[in-house]
Amino acid sequence: MAATRLFLRASPVKCSLTGLTGGVHSSLGLTLLKLSPACTAKPQAQRRHAAHFTYHPEPAPSQYGPTQKMNLFQSVTSALDNTLAGDPTAVIFGEDVAFGGVFRCTVGLRDKYGKDRVFNTPLCEQGIVGFGIGAAAAGATAIAEIQFADYIYPAFDQIVNEAAKYRYRSGNMFDCGKLTIRSPWGCVGHGSIYHSQCPEAFFTHCPGIKIVVPRGPVQAKGLLLSCIADQNPCIFFEPKILYRAAVEQVPTEAYQIPLSQAEVLQEGSDLTLVAWGTQVHVLKEVAAMAQEKLGVSCELIDLRTILPWDTETVCKSVVKTGRLLISHEAPVTGGFAAEISSTVQTYESTWIFKFPPQPHKKVTARESKYLSLYFALF
Amino acid sequence: MFPFTQKHKIAFNLKIYFPYPAICKACWQLTIISKIKLVVVSARTYADFTPQASFDIKKCDVHKLEEGPPLQAVLTREEGLQYYRTMQTMRRMELKSDQLYKQKIIRGFCHLYDGQEACAVGIEAGINLTDHLITAYRAHGYTLTRGGTVREIMAELTGRRGGIAKGKGGSMHMYTKHFYGGNGIVGAQVPLGAGVALACKYLGKNELCVCLYGDGAANQGQIFETYNMASLWKLPCIFICENNKYGMGTSVERAAASTDYFKRGDFIPGLRVDGMDVLCVREATKFAAEHCRSGKGPILMELQTYRYHGHSMSDPGISYRTREEIQEVRSKSDPISMLKDRMLSNNMASVEELKEIDVEVRKEIEDAAQFATTDPEPPLDDLCNHIFYNDPPMEVRGTNPWTKLKSVS
Repeated sequence: MAATRLFLRASPVKCSLTGLTGGVHSSLGLTLLKLSPACTAKPQAQRRHAAHFTYHPEPAPSQYGPTQKMNLFQSVTSALDNTLAGDPTAVIFGEDVAFGGVFRCTVGLRDKYGKDRVFNTPLCEQGIVGFGIGAAAAGATAIAEIQFADYIYPAFDQIVNEAAKYRYRSGNMFDCGKLTIRSPWGCVGHGSIYHSQCPEAFFTHCPGIKIVVPRGPVQAKGLLLSCIADQNPCIFFEPKILYRAAVEQVPTEAYQIPLSQAEVLQEGSDLTLVAWGTQVHVLKEVAAMAQEKLGVSCELIDLRTILPWDTETVCKSVVKTGRLLISHEAPVTGGFAAEISSTVQTYESTWIFKFPPQPHKKVTARESKYLSLYFALF
Repeated sequence: MFPFTQKHKIAFNLKIYFPYPAICKACWQLTIISKIKLVVVSARTYADFTPQASFDIKKCDVHKLEEGPPLQAVLTREEGLQYYRTMQTMRRMELKSDQLYKQKIIRGFCHLYDGQEACAVGIEAGINLTDHLITAYRAHGYTLTRGGTVREIMAELTGRRGGIAKGKGGSMHMYTKHFYGGNGIVGAQVPLGAGVALACKYLGKNELCVCLYGDGAANQGQIFETYNMASLWKLPCIFICENNKYGMGTSVERAAASTDYFKRGDFIPGLRVDGMDVLCVREATKFAAEHCRSGKGPILMELQTYRYHGHSMSDPGISYRTREEIQEVRSKSDPISMLKDRMLSNNMASVEELKEIDVEVRKEIEDAAQFATTDPEPPLDDLCNHIFYNDPPMEVRGTNPWTKLKSVS
């Protein structure tokens, strides 16, 4: 289920939404709720929906050379292909990667590059990541696959205690920067508890690693190549619902999209929307609906890198609009939206004052009140 | 002229007027059929059936054991019919689930157990219902042997309120008393099983825990941690590796450095058992149960078995193995056929009797499928129950913060 946190500065100056003071809790919520495509105000009997959003491909980038139509898993294969071609130390391993992977992300690579570079591991996540850390520390570009993000927990100790802290504890003598862990992530509709999880929040509590979530094929290839090139261990979560649904013109040559830079997809003046992965597309539709039905101009930001995240872009945007809505698939409590909201609140220039009064870092002169509302989009 | 005291099989029917003479097929007795409606279809002269027979079973390879289970198994007629019925029920239930899945009445994940029936039935025959059992996700068979009904199982697969987990668990999460599921994460159930075994030992009720996992899971680290703990503390735990030769799509040779899964326990004694023969499994389980109950600590069994379906319903099952291989196992080692042949060749049952069981089983499955399709889904009030143990009830946010659902536990 997605969780969304909404911050409003209830100042009439910036706000064109109705019923903001007083009964805002119910009326604004219900107003926004009616906009939401996937839920109704009253609970109903279950209806089966297809994907809860439509994927709109972005225009082909022109600066990276010739492009080819690819979906998300093909763009991942292309990125891995470029890596194996350009870096002789690169190896790919994980469960079932040899035949192509359960999501077809590694199709053809074993035949092309040999079984010593693309190989299966037994069923042991802790072993896979530990092994990857060692291989990376010894100088190989190790690209490990965890078959589903839900299975990453046996490897949690290896990632948090070994990978993340290697450089620091050895005084920069050793590092496993050449390690990249790729994993299918997120809701897919029929995954239930063990094929749908989004564990990025667990890992954001750990300095030393980088976490990246792309929103589409062009982004995926560029971000994955950046992760592989980055000199820090990276976890790359691929939204599994987009593997086939997202089709775009993707450059065939290698290119990189910088990490720790959020992208503003749509400029706006009334509300900042922040999301990553699949939710970016849901919020695109929300932004369109808000513009059409309420005349609200939304600024949509794709966070891209979750750790370390681009605080500047998000905070500057909130300064401009005065309102922030963050949407993610993981549970609300302890989800990454909590971290974003807390940082935005303490950011110097946002001039936000909490209501009811609570201890806060910056006290401002303006008498503006802000409320936080939570709602989930599915 | 003999009085019509027993029901006889009628050789030919001269149904003209009652009473009329007829000759029984089985005993060639001349009988007078009175006005009672005659629907005799099978021989019921029990005196003609062998009450029990002894069968040779395959020798089990042993590891760190002086001797293995006996080489002969005694099967009584009642036991044979019961095993046959249960295995046939399991087989038909899995095939029906396949059908329902393809009709999109069952959604999500569905891992079918057909081909491996002898394992579940044999294990249950070797332990008591008061013993404990835990397995991985291929759990429908065990749910049945551990006390679940076909109706409840199928309703759980379709996610209805009559399901064994109230429709909230699905295929991989079925439970009964003394059956701890139904676990999705590979290998995670093994340390749990050791914990259950510890409780058995602690509570002193002479119970044990059967802890199952597959050949793929055998390479998980936590299993070796469990071996160590179980052996150190002499827990009454039977570790059973159901080796169906493929961990999803990976054959055992490509996944394991040592495919002698019964030896992987190292310091734990082990048995390699023919998992397609229900009697072999039963004898081995009895042997293992005896070992545990006498306080000797854990024991490891590898059941060599085979699944006809792919790993799950989204796996056709033929990209990593040939159709010929599947056909060969079906024709040579099918557990139900093996039992049937044994019983028929020893005159422990008749073809008609077994056919009758088939018909009854089919009907039971049809009824269960009908129930599973028509039963309503769990009510929304049920959705958030049992998150925590809480008293008084707590409120849980629904899909939006203005719908609050109640959580009662």
